[in-house]
Amino acid sequence: MILTGTGASPGIAIGNAYVLKKQEAALTGLILTDDSAITFEIEKFDTAVNSSLTEINIMIDSYDEDNGSEGLEILETHIELLSDPQIKEDVAQKIAIEKRNVNDAVIAVIADAVAMFKGMDNEYLQARAADVQDIGNRILKNLNITGKTAARIYQRNTIIIAEDLTPSDTISMDITHVIGFATQAGSKTSHAAIIAKSRGIPAVVGCGDTLANIKNNDHLILDGQTGEIIINPDEETIIEYQVKKENWLAETALLKSQKNKAAITTDGTLVQLFANIANADDMEHAHSFGAEGSGLLRTELLFMGRDSLPTEEEQFTFYKAVALKAKGKPVVVRTLDIGGDKQFPYFNFPAEQNPFLGYRAIRICLDRTDIFITQLKAILRASAFGKLKIMFPMIANVQEIRAAKVILNQAMEELDKAGIGFDKTIRIGIMIEIPSAAITADLLAKEVDFFSIGTNDLCQYTLAVDRMNEKVKTLYDPYNPAVLRLISYVIDEANKNNIEVGMCGELASDPDATLLLLGMGLKEFSMSATSIPHIKNTIIQSDMEFAKQVKQRVMAMDNSIAIAAYLKEVNK
Amino acid sequence: MISKEYKNTAAEGIHARPATALVKLSKKFTSSISMKKGERTVRLNSLLNILSLATKGDDTITIIIEGEDEVSAMVAIDIFFHEELKHL
Repeated sequence: MILTGTGASPGIAIGNAYVLKKQEAALTGLILTDDSAITFEIEKFDTAVNSSLTEINIMIDSYDEDNGSEGLEILETHIELLSDPQIKEDVAQKIAIEKRNVNDAVIAVIADAVAMFKGMDNEYLQARAADVQDIGNRILKNLNITGKTAARIYQRNTIIIAEDLTPSDTISMDITHVIGFATQAGSKTSHAAIIAKSRGIPAVVGCGDTLANIKNNDHLILDGQTGEIIINPDEETIIEYQVKKENWLAETALLKSQKNKAAITTDGTLVQLFANIANADDMEHAHSFGAEGSGLLRTELLFMGRDSLPTEEEQFTFYKAVALKAKGKPVVVRTLDIGGDKQFPYFNFPAEQNPFLGYRAIRICLDRTDIFITQLKAILRASAFGKLKIMFPMIANVQEIRAAKVILNQAMEELDKAGIGFDKTIRIGIMIEIPSAAITADLLAKEVDFFSIGTNDLCQYTLAVDRMNEKVKTLYDPYNPAVLRLISYVIDEANKNNIEVGMCGELASDPDATLLLLGMGLKEFSMSATSIPHIKNTIIQSDMEFAKQVKQRVMAMDNSIAIAAYLKEVNK
Repeated sequence: MISKEYKNTAAEGIHARPATALVKLSKKFTSSISMKKGERTVRLNSLLNILSLATKGDDTITIIIEGEDEVSAMVAIDIFFHEELKHL
């Protein structure tokens, strides 16, 4: 049987279920009869709060920094909630005026605060209800002198199944025995989920009532990525997931060991690894994989799924968010790269016989200069908030670059006149993805500050192969000698003319091609963030002299099958 | 008494982390520091009260400070809303 919740913390756990029953604190319903009892109950509250503060401070002191700072911040939030004057005032009032005992007063005050958070229309604040409940439970536990709860001892390979887990349950969880957990309630933004992620415990939250189907000691597979829980799986499934688990562990170990290392070859050549991104969230995600910025920010998303063109202001907000998230690292913003294969309700593209050879990208921008100048102004304005670069796609010749620069200058003048600040030294580059551009790289290099090689389109245009067409897609082949020669020539010309050159196509994330590209003289690779650790791992083990030899051997070969086999061999 | 308006620059709103920082900041001063959003005014010494305002990105709030060290408290609040909040 398979249950599905929300994957909150990736990883795979294979173990036995332990169903955790929640212990509800019960109201006593007692009414205080004399004033001395009031003072006594308030003192009991203060004592319980102090014991709770001591417990949390011990957790803070013994906190393992390797688990990330998230847990610490959450504990500090709990300290503030425990010593919150409003909570104390409300509790004291319930005791003094309503004559309730401290146990009932705390239950009532916490219940009100939990209800308030649950009623908010913001998912993040709703999740804070769990934090309030957590400190409330802690105070109640400390009020009950007999209820000293020793830390629970779990069997090895335990997967905890609970209605909900408090953040402190998760922080104090013994992960040498507990290997994962699943909860009925909770969301990705709950503190329990955040801590699970930083401690590396696979977790699934928000499973709903179906979780009640799990009994103690059921054998479980829990996939914290997909949110799936398999109850009493067969042998075959267990083996399948054991393999998945091993792969995942190897991958995260690699990631962890390399995140803060620079990509330097054995002989000291520094290589830069960037992420291809589509928005500010991607930029943030990319940092965690060790990206040194973005080599390609696609701007198409901004224009999709809407009824009208995005305004300069909307675009500015979008680019500025990315610039800020990049934290001073460079971001290459590619101007609009759309064409007849994508339809926009507000933009009437005529049907074309050959959309990939038609009205698209820079060709549209140079025709509809109103759209182009709006985008350029927005990018320029955002350049005041980070290190942005501008890149034009689908450039086929020198004249297109010059025309684009005229419009860019016009955008700069307009901003200057309006007294709006931007980065006046902003770097301008082009995509090299059309064979005519690759072949005239020597001429184009004199016009721009950088090249970025887009291998997907370059391959498709060079080999005249549509890679979406099932019938011919096997002909699509980035190891084809023609494609490799073009790439090598572009890198040579960029280096000769002292301009930067990077690659943002799929070839940049192919670990078999890394050594060859290094040998060609490529120093900047941009790819999906998740590929960065693998490529970095390859670079760290590469030697430039050997890379150059590999390049020479490959350039002398006449077919891609032999090239692919040779690259596989040297990368072993 | 000093009172000053701020626009909340934290896109996700004033959630637990910035609110905790605000409480800690307010404890450094003897002045009473309050935050007003719409009709409601709360003291900055209570995390629960700050969170209960559910301040979203782009919301405008007013900070009111009264006490002996109100000028230096205002400086700290200025830095908080203009600089620190972006990184929290």
